[in-house]
Amino acid sequence: MGTKVPGPRSAPAPSPDPAAALKRRARRENLAGYLFMSPWIAGFLLLTAGPMIASLYFAFTDYNLFDAPKWIGLANFEEMFADPRWRHSVSVTLWYVVIGTPLKLLLALGVALLLAQKRRGQGFYRAAFYAPSLIGASVSVAIVWKAIFSDDGPVDKAQRTFFGVDVGGWIGDPQWILYALVGLTVWQFGAPMVIFLAGLKQVPRELYEAAEVDGAGPWRRFWSITLPMISPVLFFNILLETIHSFQIFASAYIVGGGAGGSACGPADGSLVYTCYLYVQGFENSRMGLASAMAWMLLVAVALVTAVLFWSQKRWVHYEEGAR
Amino acid sequence: MSAPPAAVANSSRRVRGSLAWHAGALAVLAVVLYPVVWLIGASFKEGDEIIGSLQLLPTDPVAKNYTRLADGLADIPISTFFYNSAFLAVGSVIGVLLSCSLAAYAFARIKFAGRNMFFVLMIGTLLLPYHVLLIPQYVLFQKMELIDSYTPLLLGKYLATEAFFVFLMVQFMRNLPKELDEAARLDGCGHLRIYWSIVLPLCRPALITSAIFTFINTWNDFMGPLIYVNTPEKYTVALGLKMFVDQEAVSDYGGMIAMSLVALLPVLAFFLAFQRYLIDGMATSGLKG
Repeated sequence: MGTKVPGPRSAPAPSPDPAAALKRRARRENLAGYLFMSPWIAGFLLLTAGPMIASLYFAFTDYNLFDAPKWIGLANFEEMFADPRWRHSVSVTLWYVVIGTPLKLLLALGVALLLAQKRRGQGFYRAAFYAPSLIGASVSVAIVWKAIFSDDGPVDKAQRTFFGVDVGGWIGDPQWILYALVGLTVWQFGAPMVIFLAGLKQVPRELYEAAEVDGAGPWRRFWSITLPMISPVLFFNILLETIHSFQIFASAYIVGGGAGGSACGPADGSLVYTCYLYVQGFENSRMGLASAMAWMLLVAVALVTAVLFWSQKRWVHYEEGAR
Repeated sequence: MSAPPAAVANSSRRVRGSLAWHAGALAVLAVVLYPVVWLIGASFKEGDEIIGSLQLLPTDPVAKNYTRLADGLADIPISTFFYNSAFLAVGSVIGVLLSCSLAAYAFARIKFAGRNMFFVLMIGTLLLPYHVLLIPQYVLFQKMELIDSYTPLLLGKYLATEAFFVFLMVQFMRNLPKELDEAARLDGCGHLRIYWSIVLPLCRPALITSAIFTFINTWNDFMGPLIYVNTPEKYTVALGLKMFVDQEAVSDYGGMIAMSLVALLPVLAFFLAFQRYLIDGMATSGLKG
C-alpha cells in the first residue's frame, strides 16, 4: 500500500498527440484502481472464490481433513436426501424462516408507523427498540433466553398461571423450542424498523394531504400511499431478513445446547440447518458431506433471492428518476 | 377568553391520541427491555433463586456472582477472555477501516477497467451465505497450520471481505462533491493523497459507523472463535461463556449470569455513545440499496 500513485503534474507539457495522452491517463487510472482494489481482490480470490470452488469439489468427495479427498460422485447428496435428520433440519429451518421473518417485519413496520408520528420521546424509543438488534446475536442473550424460557422460568410460570398450559418450559419441548428461537429473532425487530422509519420519512406529506382532501381514511391512505411508497424499503428488508434467518447458528446452538443431550435441542427441536452442518463437518469430521450441505443452502438462498427479485417487478414501485 | 368548542374537542382528541401513542410505545418498551432487566436482576440473586423466582429484582441483592468472577474459570482469569476479545475487536476495526475504504475509494472515485464487474461481484458476496465458505476456509487455514491462532479471524478483515462496509463507504463517497478531487488533481495530488487527505476525513460518519459495527460484530462473534480457537487461554468472551454453559450442571449458574451481563457492557457502552451513527448507518443502507 506504500506505493505512491502519481497524479497528473501540475503543468503537463502540451502533448503532441491528444489520443496518446488520453490513453496514458486511462492506463494510470487502471493502475491506481487495481492498487486500491488489491486487498479486496486478494481477499476475493483467497477467501471467497477459491474456497467456493474448493467446496464445490469437496461436495463430491469423501473428506475427513486428514486423508486426501476421495471422489465419490453424488454419494454425499444421496446420503443427505435419504437422511431423516437432514430433512428434519430443513423443516426446522423453513419453519423458523417462514414464521419468524414475517412476524419480525410486521412488528418492525407496525412500530415504525407508530414512531413515525412526531411525539416527545420518539428518539428515545427508536434507540431503545434498536438496541436488541445489536446484542441479540450474542451468547449472553442466548443464555438469558434459555433461562427465561426454561422449565419453571418466567414464561413457563406465566403460561401455567394465565393459560393453565404446562409444557415444562419451551426449551425442554421439541416443538416449543423453535418458538423460543422465533421469539428471539422477533425481539430484534429494531434493525428493520429503523430502515422502515427512514423510508417513511421520505414519503411526501402532500400525498397524504391530497388524499385526505379526497376523503380517504387511514386504511386507504396506508394501502394506496404508504405501502407503495415504502415498497423498495420493504423489499430490501424482506431480502436481508430472509437471507439472515436461513443462517441462524449461535442462538440455536446455545439455546438448544445441552438440553436432552443433543447439540441442538431436545429431540433435535432446534436443529437448524447450520447446526447440523456444524455437527457433520466439525464434530463428525465429514467435510465432504458438510460441503454438499453448504451448497444446498447456497442453492436455496439463491432461489429465494431470485424469486424475490423476480416478484419485485410486480409490487415494488421505484420512483421515476430515482436510481 | 374561552376557546371555541371545536378547538376544545380537537385538543381533547389530541390528548387522547397522545396518550394512546405513549401507551403503545411503553408496551413495546416493556417487552423489549424485559430480558435485559431480568438479566440485571438475576445477576444479583442467589444462584438457585435465578430460575423459578418470578420477582424481577431480588429482595436481598447479593454481589457474590460478581465477586465469584474474580476466581476465574478453569484457572483462567476472566480478564483474559475480555483482553482476547478486545484484541480481536480492535484488530478487526483497523483492518476493516483500511481495506474497505481503499476498495470503496476505487469503486467511487477511480475509473478503471472492470470496475462494474468487480462491483457486481462485491454485491454478490454481500448476499452469499457465509457457511459455504466455512469448510473450505477451515481446510485452507488448517493446511497453513493457522488453526488455534487469530489469523483466520483477522485476515478477512484486512482483505476487505466485509462487503457491507465497502458498500456503505461507496454510497457515502459517491455523495461527496466531485469538484473536490478535481481541484486537488489540478493542484497535483495523486489518488493516494486525495484518498488520505480529502476523502477519508470527509467520510468520518461512514467510518465511525463501520468501526462500531465491526467492533460489536467481532465482540459478539461465536462461530468463528468456536471453530478456529482451541486453547482456553485464547478464548474470547463468547467462548468463555460457552465454557460456563457446558459446565453449568457442575459449576454455578450465578457466575454465568453475571458474566453474561458484563460481556454485554462494552456493546451497550458503544451503543449509548454512538447510537446516532449506528441508527443513521442502518437507515441509509436500506434507502440506497
